[in-house]
Amino acid sequence: MKSTDMIRMANQIATYFKSYPHDEAVAETAGHIKSFWDPRMRDALYAHVGSGGSGLDDLVREAVAVLKRGSAEGQAIR
Amino acid sequence: MASIKQMDYGTPERVSDTQVTLDIDGRVVMVPAGTSIMRAAAEAGINVPKLCATDSIEAFGSCRLCMVEVEGRKGTPASCTTPVMPGMKVKTQTSRLEKLRRGVMELYISDHPLDCLTCPTNGDCELQDMAGVVGLRQVRYGFDGANHLKAEKDESNPYFTFDPSKCIACSRCVRACAETQGTFALTIAGRGFDSIVSAGAEESFMDSECVSCGACVQACPTATLMEKSVIEHGMPEHAVQTTCAYCGVGCSFRAEMQGDTVVRMVPDKEGGANEGHSCVKGRFAWGYATHQDRIYKPMIRERITDPWREVSWEDAIGYAAQRLRAVQAKYGNGSIGGITSSRCTNEEVFVVQKMVRAAFGNNNVDTCARVCHSPTGYGLKQTFGTSAGTQDFASVDDTDVMLLIGANPTDGHPVFGSRMKKRLRQGAKLIVMDPRRIDLVKSPHVKAAHHLQLRPGANVAAVNALAHVIVTEGLVDEAFVAERCDPVEFDRWRAFIAEPRNSPEVTEPLTGIPASEMRAAARLYATGGNGAIYYGLGVTEHSQGSTMVMGMANLAMATGNIGRRGVGVNPLRGQNNVQGSCDMGSFPHELSGYRHVSDDAVRSVFEEVWQAALDPEPGLRIPNMFDAATHGTFKGLFVQGEDIAQSDPNTHHVTSALEAMECVIVQDLFLNETATFAHIFFPGTSFLEKDGTFTNAERRINRVRQVMAPKTGKAEWQVICDLVTAMGYPMHYDNASQIMDEIARLTPTFRGVSFEKLDRLGSVQWPCNDAAPEGTPLMHVDGFIRGKGRFMITEFVPTEERTSRYFPLILTTGRILSHYNVGAQTRRTANVAWHPEDILEVHPHDAEERGLRDGDLVSLASRVGGTTLRAKISDRMPQGVVYTTFHHPVTGANVVTTEHSDWATNCPEYKVTAVQVTRSNQPSDWQVQYESDGIQRRQIAPASPPQAAE
Ligand code: SF4
Ligand code: SF4
Ligand code: SF4
Ligand code: FES
Repeated sequence: MKSTDMIRMANQIATYFKSYPHDEAVAETAGHIKSFWDPRMRDALYAHVGSGGSGLDDLVREAVAVLKRGSAEGQAIR
Repeated sequence: MASIKQMDYGTPERVSDTQVTLDIDGRVVMVPAGTSIMRAAAEAGINVPKLCATDSIEAFGSCRLCMVEVEGRKGTPASCTTPVMPGMKVKTQTSRLEKLRRGVMELYISDHPLDCLTCPTNGDCELQDMAGVVGLRQVRYGFDGANHLKAEKDESNPYFTFDPSKCIACSRCVRACAETQGTFALTIAGRGFDSIVSAGAEESFMDSECVSCGACVQACPTATLMEKSVIEHGMPEHAVQTTCAYCGVGCSFRAEMQGDTVVRMVPDKEGGANEGHSCVKGRFAWGYATHQDRIYKPMIRERITDPWREVSWEDAIGYAAQRLRAVQAKYGNGSIGGITSSRCTNEEVFVVQKMVRAAFGNNNVDTCARVCHSPTGYGLKQTFGTSAGTQDFASVDDTDVMLLIGANPTDGHPVFGSRMKKRLRQGAKLIVMDPRRIDLVKSPHVKAAHHLQLRPGANVAAVNALAHVIVTEGLVDEAFVAERCDPVEFDRWRAFIAEPRNSPEVTEPLTGIPASEMRAAARLYATGGNGAIYYGLGVTEHSQGSTMVMGMANLAMATGNIGRRGVGVNPLRGQNNVQGSCDMGSFPHELSGYRHVSDDAVRSVFEEVWQAALDPEPGLRIPNMFDAATHGTFKGLFVQGEDIAQSDPNTHHVTSALEAMECVIVQDLFLNETATFAHIFFPGTSFLEKDGTFTNAERRINRVRQVMAPKTGKAEWQVICDLVTAMGYPMHYDNASQIMDEIARLTPTFRGVSFEKLDRLGSVQWPCNDAAPEGTPLMHVDGFIRGKGRFMITEFVPTEERTSRYFPLILTTGRILSHYNVGAQTRRTANVAWHPEDILEVHPHDAEERGLRDGDLVSLASRVGGTTLRAKISDRMPQGVVYTTFHHPVTGANVVTTEHSDWATNCPEYKVTAVQVTRSNQPSDWQVQYESDGIQRRQIAPASPPQAAE
């Protein structure tokens, strides 16, 4: 996936959930990515965040942090 | 096997709480009030002679053949137009009646050619039958007087002829066209003896308003309107009940056969979805099934630039298995996947997704619903709890206000379109929300109360404006919301939607819809009685497709328009089995019945039955597969009956992804566009060769029955079983019914479904289980599937696809009545007579600015690609918007569409592309390349002995 496409898709998700209270928006964005993105797409997103995450909505960065924490703890987020 | 003739009760069924008892020829008969004497007699097994009556249309009382005697009444009333009365005593056969009827028949026959033996309808002619029934033995009036015997035939329609010399002016055709089809193309011109049926003002059928649905042909009692296929082959000798394989209406048909040759397709009166009606595609456009382009033998090749080589099934399957495993060995387990098709049966789809999950060992399976109704799946699941339309089609008969959004049912879902028109003629109101002035906005005896002609891309702003009016003008059904919906979600939605930025006035510059019109439409939907939402791809194929689906669900919940007849939120599904392919677990994140792959409990049930470990992570969706292919992590793809190279957006991107793969397998009827990028071709079967089920837009599971053996020697599901067995995962079924048994075992909403039950009941609508053994016509009756209905916030976010100085117009796409999607089937039938090429509709103002005239060749270009096609000046679209169809591959409409997609599901944004249109005199570069590559990549090498490849 081109990183522009990935960034656009991730930001689109965050933009939808932004209407919700902050904590909920972070959890829903994380949950959506976890539910619908295959692991290689998630890894690419994590890598992008790892290298600065340019172009990404803040909500996506926070969601990625939640997801990484979740996978480190081995819990499923849905 | 169905009997060749279906019972004709003469007049339509009546429904009433009051039953009437009467005596007919000494038999006591009980029927609902309002029933005609003719129908009451027929139900008691007494067939009164008739000519102008048939049970699909209202009685007319013109032929006088059906007269009866009623005790205590003078004269001989027509039994078709006389309703039953309590205690009535009727005689259908007396010597007086006999004489009168003979006289009537004598007059008819005196103006009728007596060429019965060579007439195409010999044996199926009601005039002939009636002459026999009334005992006609002589005709006293010769042919010397005025007659119609030399009237000229109209053979302009590719599928039926009109031979006026045989017409008895019964007007059954006229009434069928008006009542059943709702087109009003036919009239009886002239009076008395000069009466003659006419299509339009002295026009041929082809030049008239006729849409070739065939209802008139079916209603005609003589050989006047006759299928050309019957004229060619003669009368059928047996019939098989099956289901149309075109659109999501899912019409039931009787394939009328001679041996294994189809003579005609006749819509089945018993069909739950269509009740005896059909459109031009289902009734007539089935010739593709035996078209010369069909491929019957498996083929393989090493590289896509090599010619194809025909091989045995065994070799093709062995080659495919070995190539797929080789790709996995080299690039990893997740480097291959499959795409299921909404054209295939539930059973065929189920085995393909099982192949991917159990044998490939990943969840890289997706379906063509990705590019049409995936937002429906997401949106309705979030709000109501399951991905399905809420009503059956018949529900519209109780609708008072239809809100039709982004759908064009008279072209896309014609039989349901006719049903809507019928209800509209009875007085229901219609609100159309669509950039295009579709036919329903104004057609004979139908006029929309409001046409909200919104700008493409502004759907969510518009639905929010409607909801804003409902919330701020106190039109919310508070009792319904309090009882049925989640209060926290509702409160925050109410606060959001009430904000002034969602008002019709503030959104007017975005939507282009006058605020007063928007307010009036909202009030009508909220207060006009039963309000039902019907929608199509004009809702889903946007970057906010899922948001829009949720916006409509919000609207229905807020007004209490859910959970009973006449209301609901109803996706008009595109393909015959979109609903089914989604139900069967074709999405990369869901097992059958919409259960997430990460659910350990669900997965373990499948693992036990399938004896395979399943991946708990979601797989790649179709656009993600293409991205991964260009990135080098996705290298093998099995494509079942879908032409992704033509139907998916941004063709350049799709084809370069396909070119980057090392093993592409296509299973299809034809060497389609995708097959030009394939290494293995498995010939597929047409619906006439399939045994299984399709599920239509109302969740109705219909049987598809084999009318001929698979011409390829194997059912499609058998090929999949053989392939995975060769890959080391043994899979076997004796027949399709065993696959359905497995689906039922693994899917709670299908638990009660079996072929035996479907054969017994005709069809069932899921959920079909212990709680609803005969299925569920209406959903969410006592509560939502998810418990409490969930209002979702629907902030309007404009698409990133914007017009600019270079691309100042918006392109939107759609389809027409006579063709089906990529046209693979309909282009191989006489339907091309109506639509030989894709046309670009351009508004007169935009045309004038560019110096375009009707019929000019124009170049249509977006920032991703360009194509050339012919322009038609039309004001159906607002200024600034152009429109085309995508039925012909050479147009390559998707060369122009972009990578933008729905935020939740990646459903492509086909409905909004910024473009420029200029005059042109040559095909685009893409078209030139397409022609030359296509010819080369479809070459088949002369037959040679099979060799093991690689
Ligand atoms: S084919 Fe259909 S539309 Fe055409 S005249 Fe007959 S009933 Fe009317
Ligand atoms: S064409 Fe057929 S249905 Fe129509 S009026 Fe003539 S005989 Fe009757
Ligand atoms: S295409 Fe659709 S409406 Fe037409 S006959 Fe087939 S299922 Fe019915
Ligand atoms: S059938 Fe009743 S009048 Fe013709």
